[in-house]
Amino acid sequence: MTPTLQIFLIVSTALFSVGLLAVLSRRHAIFILIGIEIMLAAANLNFIAFWRFSPPSQPPTGVMIAIFSIAIAAAEAAVGLALVITVYRHYRTTNVDHLDQLKG
Amino acid sequence: MSRWIIDHLWLIPAVPLAASLVILSLPNARHKSAATLAVAGQIAALVMSFFAFLPTLQLSGFRAVQNFTWFTFGDHALRLGWLLDPLAAVMLMMITLVGLCIFIFSTGYMAGDKNFVRFFAYLSFFSGAMLGLVISNSLLLLFICWELVGLASYLLIGFWIERPSAAAAAKKAFVTTRIGDMGFFLGLLWLYGRSGTLLFYDSGNGCLESAGLAMLGASVTFIALLIFCGAVGKSGQFPLHVWLPDAMEGPTPVSALIHAATMVAAGVFLVARVYPLFSLGAINGVTSSLTVVVWIGVTTALMAALIAIAQPDIKRILAYSTVSQLGLMMVSLGVGGVAAGMMHLLAHGFFKALLFLGAGSVIHGCHGEQDIRKMGGLRWLMPVTFSTYAIGMMALSGVPLFFSGGWTKEEILHVTAHWPASRLPYYILLAGVVLTALYMTRQIIYVFFGDRRAASQRAHESPPVMTMPLIALAICAILFSVVLTPAWPWLHDYLTGSPAHVEFARLIQPTLFLSLVLVGAGVALGIWMYRKAGMQDRQRPADTDPLEFAQPQLFRFLENKMWIDKLYARTIIAFSWTSARLSDWMDRHFWDRLVRGFGAVGQLFGMFTASVDERGINAGVDETTVGTRGLGRLMSAAHSGQIQTYLGVIAIGVLALLLFYAWLA
Repeated sequence: MTPTLQIFLIVSTALFSVGLLAVLSRRHAIFILIGIEIMLAAANLNFIAFWRFSPPSQPPTGVMIAIFSIAIAAAEAAVGLALVITVYRHYRTTNVDHLDQLKG
Repeated sequence: MSRWIIDHLWLIPAVPLAASLVILSLPNARHKSAATLAVAGQIAALVMSFFAFLPTLQLSGFRAVQNFTWFTFGDHALRLGWLLDPLAAVMLMMITLVGLCIFIFSTGYMAGDKNFVRFFAYLSFFSGAMLGLVISNSLLLLFICWELVGLASYLLIGFWIERPSAAAAAKKAFVTTRIGDMGFFLGLLWLYGRSGTLLFYDSGNGCLESAGLAMLGASVTFIALLIFCGAVGKSGQFPLHVWLPDAMEGPTPVSALIHAATMVAAGVFLVARVYPLFSLGAINGVTSSLTVVVWIGVTTALMAALIAIAQPDIKRILAYSTVSQLGLMMVSLGVGGVAAGMMHLLAHGFFKALLFLGAGSVIHGCHGEQDIRKMGGLRWLMPVTFSTYAIGMMALSGVPLFFSGGWTKEEILHVTAHWPASRLPYYILLAGVVLTALYMTRQIIYVFFGDRRAASQRAHESPPVMTMPLIALAICAILFSVVLTPAWPWLHDYLTGSPAHVEFARLIQPTLFLSLVLVGAGVALGIWMYRKAGMQDRQRPADTDPLEFAQPQLFRFLENKMWIDKLYARTIIAFSWTSARLSDWMDRHFWDRLVRGFGAVGQLFGMFTASVDERGINAGVDETTVGTRGLGRLMSAAHSGQIQTYLGVIAIGVLALLLFYAWLA
């Protein structure tokens, strides 16, 4: 079976859904961060897949964007973890249900 | 020192004014400090006046002017100023000297009064205002001081405020002089409108200098007459003289201050000050405004002298005598004898203050009795008062040679005799001389001679604090004549600005003999008429005046002030009373109703708008707020603060958009 674009898109959609489910359903802040990382991975997979199946003379834009995205995701993960630690220190919890200060 | 005073001329009125303010703030019981302050202020003013007086002696026609800007409006600057010339300097000396005597006398006379402190505050205020008046170099500044003098006289005449008659007299004095002041103010405005300045002397641009006078044109006569209205009111000239005798309701030192040295002198002084306005365009020394001055003066002099004959009150006789003498001064000014008029004003200041203070001493000695018919025989009981009073009487009657009043009266008769317009004023003044001698003789006989009657049974001489000023003023009244004699008319030359000269030949004049005869005739007539005054004589009862017995009709006429007060009461006062009643009725029944009608309309309209507010606008606003609040509550429920709920909503939204997009495609 030769790999086709559809297979990649299905995988990435599944990956995105898994990530979204994790973000929406998990209560622990770190799991939510992990869910976000999974959604980012799905997006990166899309970039590479679309680049791979585009005409061959194209420059490696998909790979470049994926690499940038991973770098930014690393920074984002650092900021996110730092936030989680600060939140934990402040509220003594990382359960997002209890973090409802934005309540109107 | 003199230089400094000329530069700080304003200090002379300012010191008594400041003293008055300080005294006013003293507690009521501080009699001694109040009197000390007032006398000290007066002494300071006297000393400063003396030093201001000195340089005017050295240079004939001396004039020092200090002008300053009060405020500016648009291009115009309103300027006021101080002026020192011989006229102002002698007035300063006379006011402070006589004032000082009166102040010292008052410390004795008012000793028992409960408002002693207030009295001295007013006296100082009065003195300060008057001093400011004489050194003003601006008609406006003069007018301001003039009104302050009016206010002070109101306060002093009505000093015994608990007496209704004193309150009425104060009101009468104020209102009557205000009538004249109205004219004065109009004249002032007119003068300002024509000449653009109210300064008397302003290095050639003042309203009394040739450039200013040239701008006035024909209106100068009216301006002069309007200003003269003010003088008529203040100096008690006919027809505004009615306030002056009533002003005797004030304490006697007040009468002396107002009727001798200060307030009534202001009118004569004013005419002398603005004399160029009166004499502008004179033909042979006669202008229409000066002619009016002469006839008003003549009328006043004769009428007041006649009324004085029939008055029973010791102070009222002196008051009418003052009115008469002021008339004499006005005649003198009117016929061109400014210096003669001012000389008489100064001499009169001394001897009339002496007479009033003497009358005060008599009243004090007789325990407040003022009716001369109840006195008598006081010459042995009050020797000092009697002798000084006699000197004052002779000075007033114009006994020649030794008494100041004689010389000045002589001078006035002399200038009046040479008035080109008419000889009549001269003859009337001669009659006035006889009348003056007559009523003064009557008064002296009633008060000091004959038997002791009711009021003089327990009379006593006044304390030295009261007799000393009397002696001082008596000496002034005699010594003052040294500078008045025609042989060495120093004061006359000083006032006219010509160098003093000695001329013994002028001592002997026909008018001298004439007035000697007339005064002698007046005194003789008085002695003959009143030798048995206060006693039973043939069919005449003791309490009837000899003139009343001989001529009851005439006596009634004079006793009731020629019915002038009655006439005013029947005409002017009745008119204003009626119009006041009418306005009151209009107010109550017409305007009041009109205003109430308008009020009712407004009330109705108010009720209407109130109901619109309540029912319409209020309800609508209420509804809106309720709806907004419900909506807010609903919206705030969505803000759960649950981050995952928010994300879920976003996800659903994105999914919905995708589906919509797919459906479109």
